[in-house]
Amino acid sequence: MNIMVCIKQVPASSEVKIDPVTGNLIRDGKNVKLNPFDLFALEAAFQINEQIGGSIHALTMGPDSAIRVLKEAIYMGADKGTVISDRKFAGADVLATAYTISQMIDHIGNFDLVICGKQTTDGDTAQVGPEIAENLTIPHVPYVKEILEVYEDYVVVRSGYDTHDEIVKVTLPALLTIEKDANTPRLPSYKRKKAFKDSDINIIRFNDLKDQTLEHYGLLGSPTQVEEMFSPDTKLDSKAIKGDAKTMAKGLFDVLKESQFI
Amino acid sequence: MAYIKVDNTKVNKEVAQKLIKICPFNAFEYDDEMLSINANCRICKMCVRKGPEGVCTLIEEERKKIDKTQYKGILVYIEQLNGKAHPVSFELIGKAKELAQVSKDPVFALVIGNQVEHLANEALTYGVDKVYLYDSPLYEHFNVERYTNVVEACFNKHKFSTILLGSTPQGRSFGPRMAARLRTGLTADCTKLEMDTNGDLLQIRPAFGGNIMAKIRTTNHRPQMATVRYKIFKKPEAVKPFGQLIKEDVKGINDHTFIEILEVLNKPKSKDISESEILICVGRAFKKQADLQLIEPLRKRLNADVACTRPLIENGWFDARHQVGLSGRTVKPKLIINIGISGAVHYIEGMKDAEMIITINNDPNNKLFNISHYSILGDLYEVLPRLNDLLEGENHV
Repeated sequence: MNIMVCIKQVPASSEVKIDPVTGNLIRDGKNVKLNPFDLFALEAAFQINEQIGGSIHALTMGPDSAIRVLKEAIYMGADKGTVISDRKFAGADVLATAYTISQMIDHIGNFDLVICGKQTTDGDTAQVGPEIAENLTIPHVPYVKEILEVYEDYVVVRSGYDTHDEIVKVTLPALLTIEKDANTPRLPSYKRKKAFKDSDINIIRFNDLKDQTLEHYGLLGSPTQVEEMFSPDTKLDSKAIKGDAKTMAKGLFDVLKESQFI
Repeated sequence: MAYIKVDNTKVNKEVAQKLIKICPFNAFEYDDEMLSINANCRICKMCVRKGPEGVCTLIEEERKKIDKTQYKGILVYIEQLNGKAHPVSFELIGKAKELAQVSKDPVFALVIGNQVEHLANEALTYGVDKVYLYDSPLYEHFNVERYTNVVEACFNKHKFSTILLGSTPQGRSFGPRMAARLRTGLTADCTKLEMDTNGDLLQIRPAFGGNIMAKIRTTNHRPQMATVRYKIFKKPEAVKPFGQLIKEDVKGINDHTFIEILEVLNKPKSKDISESEILICVGRAFKKQADLQLIEPLRKRLNADVACTRPLIENGWFDARHQVGLSGRTVKPKLIINIGISGAVHYIEGMKDAEMIITINNDPNNKLFNISHYSILGDLYEVLPRLNDLLEGENHV
């Protein structure tokens, strides 16, 4: 079947600090990688098409340099890669991002399944997948741990919740978000890397999309606005128990005793 | 559209380097003495505020303002499974009532299910003004398509200003679906909610997976929506019900679905650490699994449950249900003892509301010390054996 896998380039490290003097965000934006959750999404797509055949198209939204993660997806086994990139998308929140990606999917067209990772390591919201499904007016099944059956017009999957698992049959086209550790992602293959090193990545711009209403994209299309960033407040009444190991152990013992825990 | 404009007449190499350094998203490119902004830009306005004056400016077209007075009330979605409400729903009612005092809003609850009138009555005991009940065999089991149709119908009828729901696995799948349907914003996993007197909900959450909190506002859309994790807020006291139960007609709500649940497999019930009153939480400083025996005397004596950080899950020492943190469980025990934990922000967010926090760690810069009531700067391999001596000594008295 025709599968589209949505992937994202994220910062390699999520360490961010606020400079206490200038108030600037200090962030290492130079080092980037493929969102680790997306590896499971890609692998799920490969496994489905090993059963039933078809084509796998990796999609991403971001700067042009995000081509790198698409290439990684191709080296792993994807057939094609497309990036949607435009300054008009700058400042997009979840709603605008999901809308832009669904417009992109609509533009490319002809798909049976959209697969996303459960969440990203930078946004960490797990919201974009379900919102894409809603925009495409297709069903979605979250937290997929296992793909059980694959047919041309439906799939059966195991979806994992906190207290229970559900075996769900979903009619295609549909969107799945894949749970972490649902499978063992393959590594990019050296052979594919050599063969597809110069493969073309498609680039889509705002002008290619069907909906040309600027108010639906980027900052203007984003209902939520970040008003302020600040370091978390960590003041409290705190006591250090000091001394050698024996004294500290005794101190801890006394505290637990005084508070009637022991 | 909104964008940042760069005045290149004021740009030299020094200015460019300064701006490149300021931008947290790496969005500046400086080529051939031209400074430009690429698609990485998130319009955080850092360059406008902190950069050399007049170089970067925000260009924004005025948008049409919505009439916020048309939207009234804070709606809390009561999540249920097999006729039992998830307690996060009642915590949210408690918070909603606090927020409502500022914005002078009524507080509503939404119950969807099959034969769940008792849940509507339960919501009333927490002091909501109205409960909207959508009761039908169609809603026996949570179905994201049908339930989204219900929320849409309910919103179109009653025009709420705010919708809150739990950041549970169900809420994290349902919330975004609702938000996209209602074409509005949704802030995930808020750790704090405040209300502006103008009725704007201030949604505060950790951002960038780092040590930063972001305050987010839904400036020109309604409803404003947020999800909140279990145990972030306190469960409110029960009151004498005064609100009204409104049984809504489900006829006319689209019930078509492409999703069929073939089977529900209940997981074996194991004790959930988010319910624990006393927790010992262990981290990466334990060099091997056998070393966990060191906490055994203390665990027995405290009758504590044991939890851990992500690396130990990855080592296979514990199953994922034992993980504390934003990607694991949020816990709120009476006592938590952190042993050998590095104190990443995601961990801290998951346990910072414990009533008493004790931390044993040999790194003086450990962030956990900033939130601990008692700090022990020492090596667990030295402190724990001494503590075990004391615990054992006591047994012999």
